[in-house]
Amino acid sequence: MLKDQDRIFKNLYNDMGSDVVSSQKRGDWVNTKEITDKGRDWIINEIKDSQLRGRGGAGFPTGLKWSFAPKAVGSRPHYLVINGDESEPGTCKDRDILRFEPHKLIEGCLIASYAIQAHICYIYIRGEYFVDGQKLQAAIDEAYEKKLLGKNAAGTGWDLDIYIHYGAGAYICGEETALLESIEGKKGQPRLKPPFPALIGLYGCPTIINNVETIAVVPTILRKGGKWFASLGREKNTGTKIFCISGNVNTPCNVEEEMNIPLKELIEVHAGGVIGGWDNLQAVIPGGSSMPLIPKEKCETLTMDFDSLMAEKSGLGTAGIVVINKDQDIIKCMARIARFYKHESCGQCTPCREGSGWMWRMLERMAKGDATKDEVDMLGDVTNQIAGHTICAFGEGSSWPVQGLLRHFKKEIVERNNLDPIVQKKNNIPYLVDQHLLDKKNA
Amino acid sequence: MSLRRPAKNQPENFEFNSLSLNAAKTIVSKYPEGKQQSAVMALLYIAQRQNDNWIPLAAMKYIAKFLDMPYIKVYEVATFYTMYNLSPVGKYFIQVCTTTPCMIRGASKLVEACKEKISQNECELSNDKSCSWMEVECLGACVNAPMMQINDHYYEDLDKEKTLKILDQILKGENPKPGSYRGRINNEPENNRKTLMDYKNA
Repeated sequence: MLKDQDRIFKNLYNDMGSDVVSSQKRGDWVNTKEITDKGRDWIINEIKDSQLRGRGGAGFPTGLKWSFAPKAVGSRPHYLVINGDESEPGTCKDRDILRFEPHKLIEGCLIASYAIQAHICYIYIRGEYFVDGQKLQAAIDEAYEKKLLGKNAAGTGWDLDIYIHYGAGAYICGEETALLESIEGKKGQPRLKPPFPALIGLYGCPTIINNVETIAVVPTILRKGGKWFASLGREKNTGTKIFCISGNVNTPCNVEEEMNIPLKELIEVHAGGVIGGWDNLQAVIPGGSSMPLIPKEKCETLTMDFDSLMAEKSGLGTAGIVVINKDQDIIKCMARIARFYKHESCGQCTPCREGSGWMWRMLERMAKGDATKDEVDMLGDVTNQIAGHTICAFGEGSSWPVQGLLRHFKKEIVERNNLDPIVQKKNNIPYLVDQHLLDKKNA
Repeated sequence: MSLRRPAKNQPENFEFNSLSLNAAKTIVSKYPEGKQQSAVMALLYIAQRQNDNWIPLAAMKYIAKFLDMPYIKVYEVATFYTMYNLSPVGKYFIQVCTTTPCMIRGASKLVEACKEKISQNECELSNDKSCSWMEVECLGACVNAPMMQINDHYYEDLDKEKTLKILDQILKGENPKPGSYRGRINNEPENNRKTLMDYKNA
């Protein structure tokens, strides 16, 4: 288990209060000027040395991302945008940072803004987190009062203004370009890349977009050194990470742990074990709903980091672990996830807009045993038609969980669904009726 | 995508009251000059608050004029984002999360409770027109599942009994206390904490 002194988010459970004075006691804002005095290159190099990878799901190296920002500010200002549109089912880590460690985030914003030469930072928070956003706003106001923000923020000689922008219930706005569209006051439909936001982003200006957790760990890394962060975890998967363990466990919780920690340790030690014992485990979704599930046999030895999960054809994603035990119907669970994606597709690309509903309707029928034998393969085919054929990664995100289900639980589906459509003609299977238009008349 | 339609009965006019107007002006000032369109989401939200939790078409027209942008662009935004209610939902709007992490911890029981206490169908006003409920997608409090949101607040770690009690309070016009209903502190593992012990009683 990670030692307490190596934990970055010491107030994860709000034992000490989130105001600026108690944050300073925990080491925030202590020598911000000394850090920025070492210069932009030092900051970016230190982050590169720490091998910090983005905590929002894709795991892109943060230092590298920052180095993409233009070296000199031209006619267009630079922007820093923080992605707090946490909507991935199974994930609730950013909420705790917004509520309980807001000053880590704000200080991180200042340092990152200095490194990429931005004077304005927008924090995009999902609309449902209104109360938590108000807490962050209170912390921002406090920081302005103490001159930690605004002109010559925290004595660093750098001017920074932070504004909160609330979303309004669109999962897709967690995709970085959709998030920019949303801040610009449009529908959150992702943009084509390239051009990448680092060159043409918010209002057509160079923009760096980072997850809340990524930015919140930056001040601690710079204080303790990139080497310290790199010494935790393993090569290319360094540092600590907040894991959210939910589902069929005895004590669901958020906990900060070292990367590369065994999944079994997370579940058994922190989450109090699977309900009904370890043998009652059916499958685990390791990184938020868009990552393919992992069956029990592999959970025994699985370690949680980007590369080892990639080797299992899954991913760390946001590290939202959903534990599913044998009391649950796995097909139903996945059908519900497919419904989530059907609901959240932005509608821009046809394969995703139509395919996500198609997958959901097939899975709903498969859960009931109303599908024919050959439809199981057809479902796999539909997922392949979506993944890789869309503007953003939502196509992959919606088809991977279904592919994971087919990879590991095909036997269960086939056992339940052995209708032969030619023999059983009276079975009413509404192939052609677009059910999603019927299901909510009041919507 | 989700299907969203504006309500049939629409009020003729809509205008910001002075409180909303001040809030709107502060929000517009957060964005660079000429980029006031960015404020549309926040302004729709303000309109929703002012107008008993829903946005009439008149408000979209008003906001379009306010921000000097085409009405259809406001309409696009209002119909794209699911948190904007396009028809009346009552003073208390109850959103029950039923996505997988909540589902496997028994979110359907919460739905049952809503059906018993409020209305048989979702998006349907209760008898006294004070509230309505709806199944929603992940609200981002998965370790506190099952949970629901009433207006701005989260009610966590629920079961059917606790939900019925909360709904009773709501129907009486009281404001039940938000947060966990199993008495746990935030997102810590209940009675099983093994980290940051030195700080626990600090």
